[in-house]
Amino acid sequence: MSERITGSEAICRALVAEDVTTIFGYPGGQIMPFYDKLFDFSDRLNHILTRHEQGAVHAAQGYARASGKVGVVTVTSGPAATNIITGVADANVDCTPLVVITGQVAVNSLGTDAFQETDVMGITQPITKWAYQVRRPEEIPWAVARAFYIASTGRPGPVVLDITRDAQVGTLDWDYKKINYIRSYNPAPELLPGDVLAAASLLNRAESPMIIAGHGVMLSNAEEDLIALAEKADIPVASTLLGLSSIPSDHPLNKGMVGMHGNIGPNINTNRADVILAVGLRFDDRVTGVVKNYAPQAKIIHIDIDCAEFNKNVKAHTTIHADAGKALKALLPLVNKSKHTEWLATFDKPEEVERTEVMKRELEPDDIAPDGAMRMGEVVRKISEASGNKGILVTDVGQNQMMAARYFKYTLPKSVLTSGGLGTMGFCLPAAVGAKIACPGREVFAFMGDGGFQMTMQELGTMLAYNIGVKVIILNNDFLGNVRQWQAMFYNNRFSATPMINPDFVTIANAYGFPAERVATRAELPAAIERMMAHEGTYLLDVNIDPEDMVFPMVVPGAAVDDILINTTTKYEG
Amino acid sequence: MEKKLYTISVFTENQVGLLNRISIIFTRRGLNLESVSSSASSVHGIHKMNFTCTSDRETIEKVIKQIERCIDVLRAYFYTDDEIVYQEVALYKVPTQKLLDEKDFERIIRVHNARILELTREYTILEKTGHESETQALYELLAKYGILQFIRSGRICITKSPTEHFTHYLTEQELRRQQIEKN
Repeated sequence: MSERITGSEAICRALVAEDVTTIFGYPGGQIMPFYDKLFDFSDRLNHILTRHEQGAVHAAQGYARASGKVGVVTVTSGPAATNIITGVADANVDCTPLVVITGQVAVNSLGTDAFQETDVMGITQPITKWAYQVRRPEEIPWAVARAFYIASTGRPGPVVLDITRDAQVGTLDWDYKKINYIRSYNPAPELLPGDVLAAASLLNRAESPMIIAGHGVMLSNAEEDLIALAEKADIPVASTLLGLSSIPSDHPLNKGMVGMHGNIGPNINTNRADVILAVGLRFDDRVTGVVKNYAPQAKIIHIDIDCAEFNKNVKAHTTIHADAGKALKALLPLVNKSKHTEWLATFDKPEEVERTEVMKRELEPDDIAPDGAMRMGEVVRKISEASGNKGILVTDVGQNQMMAARYFKYTLPKSVLTSGGLGTMGFCLPAAVGAKIACPGREVFAFMGDGGFQMTMQELGTMLAYNIGVKVIILNNDFLGNVRQWQAMFYNNRFSATPMINPDFVTIANAYGFPAERVATRAELPAAIERMMAHEGTYLLDVNIDPEDMVFPMVVPGAAVDDILINTTTKYEG
Repeated sequence: MEKKLYTISVFTENQVGLLNRISIIFTRRGLNLESVSSSASSVHGIHKMNFTCTSDRETIEKVIKQIERCIDVLRAYFYTDDEIVYQEVALYKVPTQKLLDEKDFERIIRVHNARILELTREYTILEKTGHESETQALYELLAKYGILQFIRSGRICITKSPTEHFTHYLTEQELRRQQIEKN
């Protein structure tokens, strides 16, 4: 005979059945029956109380992306449900598996503007992979099982379950079955041999091929397959922002990052390549520049698990509708062992120009005295090196993000957590909390600007409460730096609403009991990093950054990807 | 790109909220849905929604793929007018006295193949089934009598294709289910 239990207990049991160990959340009125039952499950379900619901979602995102598991969030109705929206939208565009449970008012109050009632279905449908309102307790096992299956398979994404009070307090006969089939949803499309052959044949005939690795590579744990293919066919690899760390920074075939602030070599050569193998990416406009001038010579092979991405932004010559790992494994035996020495050598010149004209200014600035403010790149690189290039990089959004992505080095996969598609300021600190919980053995570095830090700095409280050790680095230029850069370049130096009057961040960190220091000059930086690395647990560096520091190279906005500025006035010529 | 009217048929599971999820895919792209209709399909438990929308083929193809990506959407198809048999129903409420005064009324009814659904002293309700141009033509004729109320349904359609693609899809999915169960 099956057991009669409450809906709240069914939620807890279902989470345990789905191997959940950590939940990020915040209690409130309509989710209280669940929280009451959670008290009995505290030995199996570790609940992290964040300081804001937005923090809970970003923490779950950080957890999911660092661990590969589904991130779980539980919050109440109304304002809590609206506070999760930014994170859910972020997870949707950056393919992050989440199950977000919102409490909801009682069924007979639905639609009546009851206290803390919002139309969660209406609000979340456009930004979720699936959203479902649970009205009856008997639906809970099915809904939770379906949510985990949908969130974690195929192209991962967020699922919202809006669970009414009635469903939480009512009872049901407990019977849980994991779901592995939904008639309308096939997350593992069968690989078509013809598509693989067509792709292999293009690659085998290519003289100047290039691989662009997107987020899909890491989502399908295909890092080794990617490297094996690149090495066998001797093809240079570039990554998108979210594809970074799928191939180690120092791999000889790694040619860096594509996109607006990517490296010159892969951007220039995108428009010179004859074949581009695009693995698990969606050709975002920040990657393509103006689409009609994107890769005009290239036959594009597009691998993606989501066929709605094919020809959405960029026309593909041939497509492989499959998981990246499955596709790359199938391609490997069909691709000829090859050498592309001449083609690979074409990356040398742009690399050299970037090193001397762009990177040197960031990494070894000789135009700033040791007692001056720093450039972002040198700070990032020194900290990366101090970690043996083995840390997990979490960034916020803006200049700090681009500089961190460009100058941090990666030796291990899944080492970059950043808000790519949505570009969410305030993502960094809570995401770092989640990443550290997922990977307690790895050092987590949270790089952010003074603006982004203040969007979610309340999560220092979460770090304090759960003793979560994150290295927090504020690249502080007292400006909203990325907007400032555009104002300087395209809006006549009219710094509208970008200067920041900032508090003393050291005092703020100290108030939470965290050691912190202000690093005012370059001369102080090495010792400060040393102290930070020697400290076990959270440590905050408030680093004085030159407000004039700008991110280059920069693909001219609205231009082709080979139209690149290397400083405010000079374009790359090659 | 050439714009024309496309008819989009979407087969779905019977789940709450799907119409909203599908319609926002159109609205995100600024596409105006010219008509919407939804009903049971020939397969038990499966719903069929019909939309019409004016756009270019490339956009419609992208929209179709985004619709098919929705959980609980089984399949979506798009058609041009020559690929389907389609109809709309229109209802017209006109003042009875005005109709009686008009000598042409009997001819209008006959030529347009309209039906009288209800007749009272005050008003008459007419029904006409046909393509939009046909129901519109009748509308324009009746307009001179003063139309009190008018409504036209969304387009419903059935394909001319000799192959029932959707039935094949369901068979494939059933095989997939059996395969998963076996493993």
